[in-house]
Amino acid sequence: MSSNVITVSGVQIGERPWVDRLHGWLTTVDHKRLGILYIAYGLSFLLVAGVEAIIIRIQLMHPHSGAVSPEVFNRMFTMHSTTMVFFAAMPILFGFSNYLVPLMIGARDMAFPRLNSFSFWLSALGGLLLYFSFLGGSGLYGAGSAPDVGWWAYAPLTARAFSPGHSTDYWTLSVLVSGFGTVGTGINIVATILCMRCPGMKLSRMPLLAWLNLVMAGMILIAITPLSAAQMMLLVDRYLGGHFFDAQAGGAPVLWMHFFWIFGHPEVYILIIPCFAFMSEIIPVFSRKPIFGYPVMVAATVCIGFISMSVWAHHMFTVGMSSYANSFFTFTTMVIGVPTGIKIFNWLGTMWAGQIQFKVPMLFCIGFLFQFLIAGLTGIMLSCAALGWQLSLSYFVVAHFHYTLVGGVVFAIFAAIYYWYPKMTGRMLNETLGKLHFWLFLIGFHVTFDLMHIPGILGMPRRIYTYEPGRGWDTLNLLISIGAFIQAIGVLVFVANLVISYFKGDKAGNDPWDAWTLEWSVSSPPPAYNFASVPTVESRRPLWDLKHPEDPDSRYE
Amino acid sequence: MSTMANPFPQAQEIWRLPDRGKVAMTCLILAESAIFTIFVVAYLFYLGKSLSGPTPRDVLETPIFYTICLLSSSLTIHFAAKSLERDRVGSFLALWLLTFALGGAFLYGTGKEWHKLIYIDGLTISTNLFGTTYYCLVGLHAFHVTVGLLMILIVAVFALAGRVGVEQAHRVEVLSMYWHFVDAVWVVVFTVVYVLGR
Repeated sequence: MSSNVITVSGVQIGERPWVDRLHGWLTTVDHKRLGILYIAYGLSFLLVAGVEAIIIRIQLMHPHSGAVSPEVFNRMFTMHSTTMVFFAAMPILFGFSNYLVPLMIGARDMAFPRLNSFSFWLSALGGLLLYFSFLGGSGLYGAGSAPDVGWWAYAPLTARAFSPGHSTDYWTLSVLVSGFGTVGTGINIVATILCMRCPGMKLSRMPLLAWLNLVMAGMILIAITPLSAAQMMLLVDRYLGGHFFDAQAGGAPVLWMHFFWIFGHPEVYILIIPCFAFMSEIIPVFSRKPIFGYPVMVAATVCIGFISMSVWAHHMFTVGMSSYANSFFTFTTMVIGVPTGIKIFNWLGTMWAGQIQFKVPMLFCIGFLFQFLIAGLTGIMLSCAALGWQLSLSYFVVAHFHYTLVGGVVFAIFAAIYYWYPKMTGRMLNETLGKLHFWLFLIGFHVTFDLMHIPGILGMPRRIYTYEPGRGWDTLNLLISIGAFIQAIGVLVFVANLVISYFKGDKAGNDPWDAWTLEWSVSSPPPAYNFASVPTVESRRPLWDLKHPEDPDSRYE
Repeated sequence: MSTMANPFPQAQEIWRLPDRGKVAMTCLILAESAIFTIFVVAYLFYLGKSLSGPTPRDVLETPIFYTICLLSSSLTIHFAAKSLERDRVGSFLALWLLTFALGGAFLYGTGKEWHKLIYIDGLTISTNLFGTTYYCLVGLHAFHVTVGLLMILIVAVFALAGRVGVEQAHRVEVLSMYWHFVDAVWVVVFTVVYVLGR
C-alpha cells in the first residue's frame, strides 16, 4: 500500500520553532496527540509510583529495618496505590483507547475532541493535586504531608479528628477531579463508537478492541460516579461539618466501605477489560489466525460488565455481614470467573495450531495469559467467604491483586506499547532490549509475587510498617524485595529502549506486523486527519481483504 | 493515493448512525443517575437514625405547588423544542421563557423552604444526620436545576437576539433531555424525602 498522506506539490513546510510546537501539544484536540499525552503522563506516574514501591520494599527487606519512619511508610503505600490506580494505569489505558478507537473504526477523531482535551487536563490536574500534597498537605496545622489513609481511605480515619491538615483533602479532591475527567472520557468513547463508525463498520464487524472499550466506557459511567458521590460526602463531612461517616452522630463507617467498593470492584474490571482488548488484537496477529470465538468474546465481556456490579462486598467479608450477604457475594464472585475463563479459552483457541511468532508483544501476551490465570485462581480462593476471613488483609491478598494488576494489566500495557509504538512514532522498539526487558521483568515479577503469597498464608498482615524477626517471614521478605529490584532494572531497560528507539530505531513503515485492522492502513505516525478519504469495510479484517482480494473475509460473512 | 481510500465497492445500504449529542446526553444521564442513587441510598439508610432532632416529620412540608411548577416545565420545554423543530420561533421563545420562569419558581421554592428550615427550625447541614443527608440530596438536585436554568438562559439570550432557528433544533432537543432528567430525579427525590421519609 502506498502512503495515505495528502501532499500538496510545491509547498515546503519548514520546522516550526519549539514554542509553537509546545503550544501545539498543550492546546491540541487531536485524539492521537491526546492519546500520547495520556500515555506519557501515565508512564511518568508509573515510574514515580514504582519508586514508592521500592521504598516500601526497602523498608520491609529486614525486620526492624528503620529505613523510613512509620509516617513515611503510610504515605508511601497510600501514594503508591492511589497513583498506580488513578494516575498510572487508567491514563495509560485511556491513552490507548483515545489513540486507537477512532483509527480502528475508521473515524477522523473522537466524537467530542474538546471534551477529550478537557478530560485529559482534568486528570492531569488531579495528579498534580495529589502530588502537591507533599508541599501543601500540612496546611496551617503542621500535621503530616502526603495522604496516609490508604487508597480506600476507610472512615473514620478520614475524619477531621484523625486526619488534621490538608493531606486527606488533597487525596479527595484529586480523586474527585480525575473522576470527572474519567467520566468525560467514558462518555466520549461511547459516543465515538456508537456514532462515528465508518460505512460498513457494523457493531458485529468492529475490532474487539473497540467492543471491549465500549463495555469499559459503559462501566465507567455507572462505577466511577459512586466514588465521586462518596468523595462529595466526605468533603461535606470534612468542610461543612456533615455526619455521613461520623459514628459519633450516628453515621456509619460501613456505608463508606460499601460506597467505595461499589466503585472499587468494577474499577478493577475497568482496568483489565482494555487489557483483554490488547490481548484480543495482539494474539491473533502473532498467531497468524483470526480471533477464535468473536461473538462469545463480546458476550463474555458484556457478562463481566454486568456481574462486576454485584460483587463488591467480597472486599468486606471481615466486616461482619449476614450469612446471606456472604453467600450472595461468594456466589457472584465465583460466577464472574466463568466469563473470564471463557476469554482465556478464546485466546488459547486463537493460538492453537497458529504459526506463533515470538516477538516481544507476543511474549508479554503469553506472560499475561499465565499470570492472569493464576491470579484468577487465587481470586476464586479468596471469593470463598470462609477462606476470606483467614486471608483478608494479609499479604496473600496483596500478592493476589498484584498478580492481576502487574502480571495482568502492566504486562498487557507493555505488550500494547511494543505493538503500537511503531504506529505512534514511526520507529520500531529494539527487539533485543525488549527481550531483555521481558525476561528481567518476568523473573522479577515471579520472584516478588509468587513468594509474596507465602508470608500471607503465614499470617503477615498488609500495611505493617515492620515486623519481628523469627516468624519465618525474614528470608521471604528479603527475596521479595530483591525481586522488586529486578523488576525496577527491567523497567529501566524499557525506558532506555523507548528513548533510544525513538531516535535510532528501525523505520516501521505503515504495517510492520502484517496486521488486519484499519490503523495499520495509514502512515506511521498517522496524519492529523487519519484517513484521506473515509474507508468502507466489509468484514472484521478490512486489511486482510485489501491484501488478499482473491480470498477476502467478506466472502464468509 | 486515493487508491487506498477504497478498494471495496460502495456499501449498498445508506449508512445511518445515532446522533452523538443524544448518545452523549444519555451517557451523562446514566452517570448522573448513579450519583443520585448513592445519595438516595444514603438518605434512606439514615432515615430515623439521627441522634437528635429535628426529624423530617417535625419540619418538612410537602412543596406541592413548586413540584407542579417543575413538572409542568417538562411539558413546556418539550413543546418548545417541538415548535423549534417546526420552525415556529415565536411560540418556541414564549414556551422557552415560560420554562425558565417555572424552573426559577421551583428554585425560589427550595430557597424559601431552606430559609424556613435554617432560621425557624434550626436545621443545618451539621445539625444531625437528617440535616446532612437532606441538604445534600435536595441540594444536589437544586444544583442540577441551577445548571439547567443557566443553560436555558443562554439559549434564551441567543433566541432573543434572533440567533436560534430550526438548524439548532437538535441541540435544543439535547438540552431538553437534560431538563427531563432533572424533573424525573425530582419525582424520585420527592417520593423519598416527602412521602416515604415522613
